[in-house]
Amino acid sequence: MSTEILGTIIIFLFTMMLAYPLGKYMAKVFNGEKTLTDFMNPLERLIFRISGINPKESMNWKQFLKAMLTINMLWLVYAFFMLLFQDKLPLNPDGNPGQTPDLAFNTAISFLVNCNLQHYSGESGLTYLTQLIVITFLQFVSAATGIAALVALFNGLKEKTTNNLGNFWNYLVKSTTRILLPLSIVVAAILAFNGTPTSYDGKDSIVTLQGDSVQVSRGPAAGMIAIKQLGTNGGGWFGVNSAHPLENPNYFTNAVETIAILLIPIALVFALGFYIHRRKLAKVIFAVMTFLFVIFCTINIYYETKGNPAIDKLGVAQNMGSMEGKEVRLGAAATAFWSVATTSTSNGSVNGMHDSLTPVSGGVVILDMMINALYGGVGVGLLNYFIFIIIAVFISGLMVGRTPEFMGHKVEAREVKIAALITLLSAFLIKGFTALAAYMVIHHPEIGWAVKPSAWLNNPSYHGFSEMLYEYTSSNANNGSGFEGLGDNNIFWNVSTGIVLLLGRFLPIIAPLAIMGLLANKKFIPESPGTLRTDSYTFGVMTLVIIIIITALSYLPALGLGPIAEYFSIY
Amino acid sequence: MKQRKRSIKLFDPALTGTAIQQSFIKLNPALMIKNPVMFTVEIGTAVMLVVSAWQAVTGDTTQGALWYNITIFAILFITVLFANFAEALAEARGKAQAESLRKTREDTPAKKITATGNGFSKETTVVASSTLKLGDHFVCEAGDIIPMDGEIVKGIATIDESAITGESAPVIREAGGDKSSVTGGTKILSDRIIVKVTTAPGESFLDKMIALVEGASRQKTPNEIALTILLAAFTLIFIIVCVTLKPFADYANTPITIAAFISLFVCLIPTTIGGLLSAIGIAGMDRALRANVIAKSGKAVETAGDIDVLLLDKTGTITIGNRKATNFYPANGVSNKEFIRISALSSMSDDTPEGKSIIELAKSNIEKSDTSKVILFSEDLSGARFIKFTAETRSSGVTMANGTRIRKGAFDAIRNMTVKAGNTVPAETEEKVKLIAGNGGTPLVVAVDDEIKGVIELQDIIKPGIQERFERLRKMGVKTVMVTGDNPLTAKYIANVAGVDDFIAEAKPEDKMNYIRQEQSSGKLVAMMGDGTNDAPALAQADVGVSMNSGTQAAKEAGNMIDLDNDPTKLIEVVEIGKQLLITRGTLTTFSIANDVAKYFAIVPALFIASIPALQSLNIMNLKSPESAILSAVIFNAIIIPMLIPLALKGVAYKPIGASALLRRNLLIYGLGGIIAPFIGIKLIDMLLGVFM
Repeated sequence: MSTEILGTIIIFLFTMMLAYPLGKYMAKVFNGEKTLTDFMNPLERLIFRISGINPKESMNWKQFLKAMLTINMLWLVYAFFMLLFQDKLPLNPDGNPGQTPDLAFNTAISFLVNCNLQHYSGESGLTYLTQLIVITFLQFVSAATGIAALVALFNGLKEKTTNNLGNFWNYLVKSTTRILLPLSIVVAAILAFNGTPTSYDGKDSIVTLQGDSVQVSRGPAAGMIAIKQLGTNGGGWFGVNSAHPLENPNYFTNAVETIAILLIPIALVFALGFYIHRRKLAKVIFAVMTFLFVIFCTINIYYETKGNPAIDKLGVAQNMGSMEGKEVRLGAAATAFWSVATTSTSNGSVNGMHDSLTPVSGGVVILDMMINALYGGVGVGLLNYFIFIIIAVFISGLMVGRTPEFMGHKVEAREVKIAALITLLSAFLIKGFTALAAYMVIHHPEIGWAVKPSAWLNNPSYHGFSEMLYEYTSSNANNGSGFEGLGDNNIFWNVSTGIVLLLGRFLPIIAPLAIMGLLANKKFIPESPGTLRTDSYTFGVMTLVIIIIITALSYLPALGLGPIAEYFSIY
Repeated sequence: MKQRKRSIKLFDPALTGTAIQQSFIKLNPALMIKNPVMFTVEIGTAVMLVVSAWQAVTGDTTQGALWYNITIFAILFITVLFANFAEALAEARGKAQAESLRKTREDTPAKKITATGNGFSKETTVVASSTLKLGDHFVCEAGDIIPMDGEIVKGIATIDESAITGESAPVIREAGGDKSSVTGGTKILSDRIIVKVTTAPGESFLDKMIALVEGASRQKTPNEIALTILLAAFTLIFIIVCVTLKPFADYANTPITIAAFISLFVCLIPTTIGGLLSAIGIAGMDRALRANVIAKSGKAVETAGDIDVLLLDKTGTITIGNRKATNFYPANGVSNKEFIRISALSSMSDDTPEGKSIIELAKSNIEKSDTSKVILFSEDLSGARFIKFTAETRSSGVTMANGTRIRKGAFDAIRNMTVKAGNTVPAETEEKVKLIAGNGGTPLVVAVDDEIKGVIELQDIIKPGIQERFERLRKMGVKTVMVTGDNPLTAKYIANVAGVDDFIAEAKPEDKMNYIRQEQSSGKLVAMMGDGTNDAPALAQADVGVSMNSGTQAAKEAGNMIDLDNDPTKLIEVVEIGKQLLITRGTLTTFSIANDVAKYFAIVPALFIASIPALQSLNIMNLKSPESAILSAVIFNAIIIPMLIPLALKGVAYKPIGASALLRRNLLIYGLGGIIAPFIGIKLIDMLLGVFM
C-alpha cells in the first residue's frame, strides 16, 4: 500500500479516536455535568446576565425554533449591511471595496446558514474587519446554531414524553464556549506555528525566483481557518481555500485540517449515544454513515491516484495520479480523501479544485452532498439522517406488521407528511434550479444581463452541466464548495443560490424539530418483543437502503447527464 | 368447533364480471382523485390520447410514430383499468361475503306487537322486517326466522344460529342476563320469545360492515393516509424528475417525445402499490369477515395488529367449558360408597355445571359397582329442603326430611362451620385440599351435620393445543393475561400449564377495567373479549374489544368487533389479520419502489442514446431499441398489477419470527426481489416485442 493511501487511513483512524471522547465530553456539557471546561462558567453567566436570558427556562419545539429563527434573522441583517459598507469601516489595509448588494445578500446568507459558498475571493472581496466580525463570527454562531438544534432533538429522544426540548440560548452559548472556541484555539495554534499568517498588516510583496515582484495577501487568518474547518463552514480566508499555501502550509496541517472537518460531526453521533443512553443506536448510525463514507473515499482515492485516461492516451506518465487542480505538497490521495470528507460533512472547504476531479469522483462528491447526512454538517447532519430514519421506520414498521414507532413514539400521518416534504424539498431545489439555469443557457444564452448565460460556463457539454448541478447541490446541502469554473458572481447566481441556501438550511432544521416535538408529545410506548428495534443492524441496513433508493431515484437522470455521461465518454 | 368455510374463488367468474364493469365506472376522475398516484396516470393517459388524436388529424411526426403513441396510450389505459379492477374485485368479494350473510334476513315477515302499559297486546300484525324500527317489539315462535337483531325482553328459546356462525348445535337465549341477544336471520327451534328491536334498519353491524367493504363509507385508516402521503411525495419527486428532464435534455440537445416523458413518469411513480392500496385495505376487512368477525372499522382491524396485551377469560378460552368433578376423596372412616352417596345428594338441586358434573361422576362410579345403584336412587327425597348457594355462606346442600344436614362448599366455609360446632377437621382432608388446590383443582368439602366427610376434586380441562397458540402470541410480542374467578393458587397453576404470561385471580368486573387502564397508562394496547353487560365498560376501554355475538347488546355496542362464532380464541386470528394487512402494504410499497431501479436502467439510456451514445453502457439489459425499451418498461409496469392481485387480496403471510428477522426476510424477498424481478421481466418482454418490432 502506498504511503499516500496509508496517510489517509491514519488520518481517518485518528479522527475516530478523537471523536469518541469528544462525543462523551459533549454529552456531559449539554447534560450540565462537571467537565474540564467549567472555567468558562463565569463567562457564560456574564453573557446570560447581559442578554437577560434564563438558561434553565424550558422551551417547546415552537418556542425553540422561534428563538433560533429570530436571532438568525438579526444576524442576517447585521451581516448584510456590514458587507455592503465594509469599505467605509476600519481595518481595511488593502483598501478593498464594499460588496455589491446581490453579492452581500449571497455572502451574508451563505455564512449565516453555515454554507460559506463564496462568490468572491477573500483577499479582495472582504476587509480584515468583516473577515473577523462578520465572517468568523457567523462561522462560530452558525455552527453553534446547528449543534443547539441537534441537542433539542436529543432531548426529545431522551425523554419518554415531554414538551421541553431544552433552552436554545443555553445550547447556543455552551456550544460556542465549551466546544467550538476551545477546539478552534488548539487548531489555530497548530496552524500558526506551521506558517499560517496571523497578522494585521496588509499585503506583503516578495520577489520570486524568476525575479518578478508579487503581492501576497495576509491577515489574521489562522483563527478563522480553524473554525472554518471545525464548524463545517468551509469558507476560506483566501480564494482558493485550503489549497492556498498560507491557508494549509504542509502535509501535517493538511492532516490536522482534515481531522478538523470530520471531528465534530462524528463526535456528535457518539454524543447522541451518550446523551440519550443508547450507545447501540449511535453505533448503528455511525456504522451506516461510515459504510457509505468509506466506499466513497475508496472510489475517489482509486480514481484520483489512477490518473486521467485522456492523459494516459497521450503517453504521458502520471505516477502521482491525476494532479490537475491538486497541490503537489498534499498529493492525490489526501486531496481525494478531503474531497469526500468535505462534501460528506457539508463543510465545503477544499484543498484541491473539485472541477478537476475525474468524472466518477466528481459524481461521488455531488452524490455525497445530495445525501448530505454522512456525518453531515455540525448538528444538521444528524437532523437530516433523522428524516431518513422516520421514512425507514415507517416503511419497515409496515413490513413487520406494526404501526410504525420510533423510540417509543408512534410515527403517524403528520410526521410522515413533514418528512416526505423535506425529502421532496432537496430534489425540488437542486433539480428545479439546475433546470432553470440549464434552460437559460440553452434558450436565452444572449439575454441582456450583465453576465450573459452563455458566459456562465467555462466548460461545454456534460462538465458544464455538472458545474451547474454542483452549484445548486452545494447550496442546498449548505456545503459551500464550488465546482468553480462557473461564472457565479452575478445577480442570477447570487440571488438563486441565496434562496436555495436559506430554504436548504432552515426547513431541514425546522422539520426534524417539528417531528420531534410532535413525537415527544405522544404517549410513550414501552418496547415489547414485537417492537422493531431501531438500534439493530437490520434497521441500519434498512435506513441505508432508504438513503440510497431515495437519492438514486431523485437524482439518477441528472447524474446521468453530468458525471456519468462524462465518465462513459472518456473511459 | 366446526366452522363453515365461506370460500370464494379468487377470480370467481361472476365477481370478475362485476369487477370489470366497475373498473370502467371507476375511471370517473371525481373517484380517481382519491388515489393520487393512479389519478396522475389517468391524466397521463388523457394526454397520450390527445397526442395520438392530434397526430392522426395533422399527420405531425415530431412526436414519434402514430402506432407507437397509440400503443403507449393503450397500455397506460390498461394500467389504470388494472388498478381499478384490483379495487373492484376486492370490493366485489367483500360484498359477496357480506351479502351471503345478509341474504337470510331480508324481508322476513315479522310479527309485530305493541307494548302496553304493563305488558304486551295480545294481537300481532305481520309486517316486513324492513319496516321495523328501533324500539319496536316482535314475537317469534318455534319455526320462525328472527327478522331483526334485538334483545329478548320476555321468554326463553332455543335458537339455531348456524346461518350466522356455522355452529350446528342450537343455543339457548333468554330474557335478562348475558344471553339475551338474538341475531336476524337465525331460526327459533322451540318456545316463544318477545324481542325488542335494538338497531335501526340499515344500521345493524352487518350493514355497517357491508358499507365499509363497499367503499361507500370506507374511510382511509390513519395508517393508510400516512402511506398515501408518502406515495404522493414520491409521485411529486418524479414529477420534478420528469419536468426538469426537459431543460436537461434541451441542454444535451436531445429531443424527448411526450410519449417518452409520460412513460418515464408512469413507470417511476409507485403505480403498483398505488393501484393495489385500497384493494389491500378492503381485502383485510374481507379476511376478518371470512374469519366470521365483524369489524366496525378498518382501523380496528389495523389496531389489532399492534396489540401488546391480550385479556382472555379462563373459562371457555383456556379451559374447556366449566370445571368438572374428577375424584371423590372420603375422609378416614367414611366408605367410598357412602361418600359418593352424600356427595350426590348434596348436588341434587345444584344446577351449576359443577354440581351437575358431581352427579355425573357419581353415576358413572356407581354404574361400575352395580350394587350401590340402589342406595343412591332409593333415597327418599320427599320432605327434603334444598339450600341454594349464597355468597354469604359459600356453601349449598340439602336438609333431609329427618333433619340430616348435608352441606358442600369451599374448604374454609365448611371448616368454619365444623369448628363452630366443636368438631375437628380431619388431617387427611386438610392435606388433600391443599394438594388439590396446588394442582390447579378446586376442592369442595362435604360435611354431614357439621362433620367433614371428605373432599370432591374439581378440575379444569385445558384445551388441547392452547399452549401452542400462546407460544405463537408470545413470539408476536403479545402478552397474554388470563382472567378468572379462581383463587390465586388455582389460577397460578392453570396459568402455568396453559402458558399464559400473567393472570388476574378472583377477578371482579372492575378488575379487568383496572388492569386495562394500568396497561394502557404505560402505553400498551390492550385487547379483550367479553360477552356480558358487565364487560361492556372494559370492552369500551380496551383498544380492541371483541364481543361475542351471543353477548348482550350493551357488550356489542361497546366493543369494536363482533365475533359471530363466539369463539374466544378468535382474537389470535384477528391479531394476525391486522398484522397481515400492514405487512401487505409495506412489502408491496417496498416492491413497487424497488422496481424503479430496473425501470431507470431501461428508460434513461433509451431517452439519451441517440444524442449521447456513451450512455449505451447503462443499457445493461441490452434492450433492442429505445422504443422497445420504453414499451417493455411500460408493459411490465401494467401487468405487474394484476399479477400481484392475488397477493394483495390474500395478504402476505405473517410469520412470528421476531421483528428484526421478519424485516430481514421481507426486505430480502420484496426489496431485493423487487429490484431483480423487473430486470428479468423487462428483458423478457423486450425479447417478445423483438418478434414484432
